[in-house]
Amino acid sequence: MIEALGHEFMRHALYAGLLASVTCGVIGALVVVNRLAFLSGGIAHAAYGGVGMAVFFGFSPLLGTLGFSLAAAMVMAAVTLRSRRRADTVVGVLWAAGMAVGVVFSDLAPGYNVDLMSYLFGSILTVSVQDLWFMGAMCAAVVAVTAYWYRDLLALSYDPDFARLRGVPVTFLHYLLLGMIALAVVMLVRVVGLILIVALLTIPPYMAEQWSGSLARVMVLAGLLCAAFVVIGLALSYALNLTSGASIILVAATAFFANLGARKLLGRRG
Amino acid sequence: MQDDVPVIEISGVNFSFNGRAVLEDVNISIRKREFLAVIGPNGGGKTTLIKIIAGLLTPRTGTVRVFGLSPAKAAPRIGYMPQDLGMGDDFPVTVEQVALMGRMSRRGFLRSRYDREDKKAVAEALELTGMKDLAREKVGRLSGGQRQRLFIARALAGEPEMLLLDEPTSNVDPEGQTRMYSLLRDLNETMTIVVVSHDLMVLSSYVNSVACVSTSVHHHDAAEVTQEMLEGAYHCPVDLIAHGLPHRVLKSHKDS
Repeated sequence: MIEALGHEFMRHALYAGLLASVTCGVIGALVVVNRLAFLSGGIAHAAYGGVGMAVFFGFSPLLGTLGFSLAAAMVMAAVTLRSRRRADTVVGVLWAAGMAVGVVFSDLAPGYNVDLMSYLFGSILTVSVQDLWFMGAMCAAVVAVTAYWYRDLLALSYDPDFARLRGVPVTFLHYLLLGMIALAVVMLVRVVGLILIVALLTIPPYMAEQWSGSLARVMVLAGLLCAAFVVIGLALSYALNLTSGASIILVAATAFFANLGARKLLGRRG
Repeated sequence: MQDDVPVIEISGVNFSFNGRAVLEDVNISIRKREFLAVIGPNGGGKTTLIKIIAGLLTPRTGTVRVFGLSPAKAAPRIGYMPQDLGMGDDFPVTVEQVALMGRMSRRGFLRSRYDREDKKAVAEALELTGMKDLAREKVGRLSGGQRQRLFIARALAGEPEMLLLDEPTSNVDPEGQTRMYSLLRDLNETMTIVVVSHDLMVLSSYVNSVACVSTSVHHHDAAEVTQEMLEGAYHCPVDLIAHGLPHRVLKSHKDS
């Protein structure tokens, strides 16, 4: 298995997976405690609109996904600001509309057909050095911003009303949080694809939550779990010649259900 | 601040939600170190009134002044405890971390650090509310009554000049209620306290004024507070008793 790392594309895949794991731990923990899984799925799928437009207008698909998912995140932030947990219809519409824009624009693009599958299920084996630098920068930004605002984000997540009364800039942080989810989405599209992003954002923190007494610990533990899923999934996809994104998700899902079953057997709850 | 200057001054306040009037033409003035009980039927607007004072809701018309300031500006000086305890929400946070959130109005150079002074204030607040031994416990494992004590501790941790408590003892047994109200009476030596409660009988021996809220608000002044006055609360719209908690009112009377 180690000889797999002799291939440059496998080394790049590993680095990309580990960078994504750090982001996934930090942002995934915030997604899970704020119950934003559906909204994250919406941002991820709307991002496909950016791919289609990038192909049609001829700019970089990475910029396209970044711009489109950030725009979708800001619209969703505005819609969910008043009542953070009750905007699922709008999120669902943006989810579908974003994908439709992507498909229509790539239809219209002359003589070129974008590889839809690589965006739906990821293309971690084609990560370039330039991609790695870009991912590294986004990862560092997400970690630094979260560390600086940690106390405020924790208060916002736990009790937004009380946080507002204590001077926490609740509105700003709501936009910031959704913006960071958009960045995480752009990174994770490469690793597991936009269809599978929600699984990677939610499974590790959900499992980590059970053993952690603080949000910071959930972030660290979720990052480690995510890294383990990525490494095992990549190894399996190499050994058995399977799609890497799907392999990673299946490893995560297996761990999730094994964990659930073990807890049921042990009779422990919540 | 002079004792005769009102801590809370509400005039001509109207609030409606989805076209339904929740509060109509509310005028109240609450003095320093008043211990005010807010009573009234469910849906009568008690929580809305508290949230307007706290600055969480903005009334359609009228003015609200707290310490002579807008509620938003006065917020750091107010200790607020919401009615919603977030039950069933297994959040990865400890009792101490939640209580520390009460200290967030003070900030040092590094946004996400609490200093020794913060820790000390929180330790005191947890001690006062009997939550000290549970400081490292995960909030998800607390009972409803423990959560209420924690939320009072969180409100106290900010060293406020006024407490706004929305049903602070609804999940506490009678003995715990007595303990909680004794604590509030001690705190009332220095703080103005506004408390929403259904427990009239417990309140009667602690509070020194009562506001009956049922869309309109009747404020019974401190000077004339007596047992009779509390019973006078029954003369508030009869709904108060009919739609309030009749069994509970009678039962707690017997118990005491």
